Amino acid sequence: MTVTESPAVRVEGLAKRYRGTVALDGLTMTVGRGEVFGFLGPNGAGKTTAVKLLLGLARATSGRGEVLGAPLGDRRIRRRIGYLPELFRYQPWLRANEVVALHCELARLPRTEWRREIDDSLGLVGLADRAGDTVGTFSKGMQQRLGLGLALIGRPELVILDEPTSALDPVGRTDVRSIIRTVRDRGAAVFLNSHLLTEVERVCDRIAIVDHGRVRAEGRLDDVLGEPAVRVRVTGIDAALLRALGAFGPVRQDGDWVLIEPLDPERVPEVVAAIVAAGGRIHDVDSGRASLESRFLALLSREPAGAGEAARDDASPASPAP
Amino acid sequence: MITIAILTLHEAVRRRIVAVLVLLTLVSVVLTGFGAERLVALAAEHGANPIEVRIGVSQILILVAFMFSFVLAMTAAFLGAPAIAGDIESGVAQSMLARPIRRADLVVGRWLGLSIVVGLYAAGSGLLEVAVVAALTGHVPPQPFVAVAFLAGESIVLLTLALLLSTRLPSMAAGAICVVMFGLAWMAGIFAGIGRVFGADVLVAVARESRWLFPTDGLWRGVVYGLEPPLVIFGSGRFGVAAEANPFYAAAPPPLEFVIWSVVWVALALGLAVLSLDRREV
Repeated sequence: MTVTESPAVRVEGLAKRYRGTVALDGLTMTVGRGEVFGFLGPNGAGKTTAVKLLLGLARATSGRGEVLGAPLGDRRIRRRIGYLPELFRYQPWLRANEVVALHCELARLPRTEWRREIDDSLGLVGLADRAGDTVGTFSKGMQQRLGLGLALIGRPELVILDEPTSALDPVGRTDVRSIIRTVRDRGAAVFLNSHLLTEVERVCDRIAIVDHGRVRAEGRLDDVLGEPAVRVRVTGIDAALLRALGAFGPVRQDGDWVLIEPLDPERVPEVVAAIVAAGGRIHDVDSGRASLESRFLALLSREPAGAGEAARDDASPASPAP
Repeated sequence: MITIAILTLHEAVRRRIVAVLVLLTLVSVVLTGFGAERLVALAAEHGANPIEVRIGVSQILILVAFMFSFVLAMTAAFLGAPAIAGDIESGVAQSMLARPIRRADLVVGRWLGLSIVVGLYAAGSGLLEVAVVAALTGHVPPQPFVAVAFLAGESIVLLTLALLLSTRLPSMAAGAICVVMFGLAWMAGIFAGIGRVFGADVLVAVARESRWLFPTDGLWRGVVYGLEPPLVIFGSGRFGVAAEANPFYAAAPPPLEFVIWSVVWVALALGLAVLSLDRREV
């Protein structure tokens, strides 16, 4: 396989231990070229450690991997990678355009391209009118926007974003999703490290859910979310009704809510008719896949807050991409 | 490396470090120049002869140089200690080190930029003080450029130690260690002198060897030598080895091998700093 054909990221059995603490425990995953890959996990799951290993900021205890065809830690390959750290801080005494120029120089970009890079990157993240202001006067959200702009200079082939919306308001978050799509449209892969499930759900092509340093699930969003289901709020449930519904698939009851999973969405009208025929009174019907949140909690074997809420999440449809 | 050095100089200017140092130098020079001029005038009023006055001024100049040496040491420690640690603690280093630069570029660039700042500060403040004292009192030390070079060297040694510690320790710990090391090295020089007076060979050996371990005090003696008039050296000859116990007296310049070792020491410490950051996970 040549360098250009290699995936954006490929790691096998990557492990990292810090004096007895296991941060990563045999991480194996592949991120294809040009895809937006969501790397999900709770706090302390090893997400940032994984990013640092990919960038060569830390060394793996064991395992191997490559980024853009080069082994982990290869310095020269960083020219083709953009990175927004989780802890984003830039020289507060420099102006925004000077910070971009500094990173152009560190990224070894030709000086003739700096002006365009400064204008493009600051324009893309909405800081064009603040280009001449010192970073020290920026809010946290603006500094994160600046960091995002820096991650995009030089048209990188892989953009690694570590919690890119942690300091942003809803408008900023929407902007970030739009920027991520722009980056993907340019052909770059995006490695999105996040614990914000809705963000990932809306923008990622594929995801991996990681916990305790291991991948618990990986694949296309639809694959990870599992089979479609229907959830109906019914009063007047009795054994005959549950038996009738059993003909459609596995049934779970939680109070007034009845969940049938899996269920072909085309059969929802039949389910409704069967409930009415059996004397049940229908108050609400939800059909679709499990939400990423419920899937996430199920994979991590953590009870969601409140059983009723869990039942609701179990059958709520996946949030549609805007 | 040059990028980081220029960035460091840029930072020193933007963060008003240079402006503060220039202002402090001017204040120090004006105050000490005024003091020296007043003392010379008083001595003349009391009938002191010109040689006595000149010896007095030379010793005041050495004390002023010690003040500058102390201020420079503190400046070197406070600039060097956060140079790497501060960037790592704040997160600035992570975004820079994710670029295709060597960690050595960061360490050596930081060192180069800060060395230029403290070197220029040593040269500027030292030569300005000598010029003002010369203008006000007529006393010109025998080798002012040698003195200033040793002063800058002493600061750069301390700066390099601060930078080395900064690759592993938090800023405040690195700075505190540097200040303590500076004080201990100075005291070791005094102990060596006192030990010689009393023939305490073990004390002398330990104290003198510490100069090789951390060469700031040995370089300070070079500053004193550059400012010490031959007349004082000649006159102190009658005190024999006892004169060496005085940290503000030097009858001879530091040996050439010591000066070379000091340069090697800086290179080794800088190399160690590069290795240390190279192995550190940020």
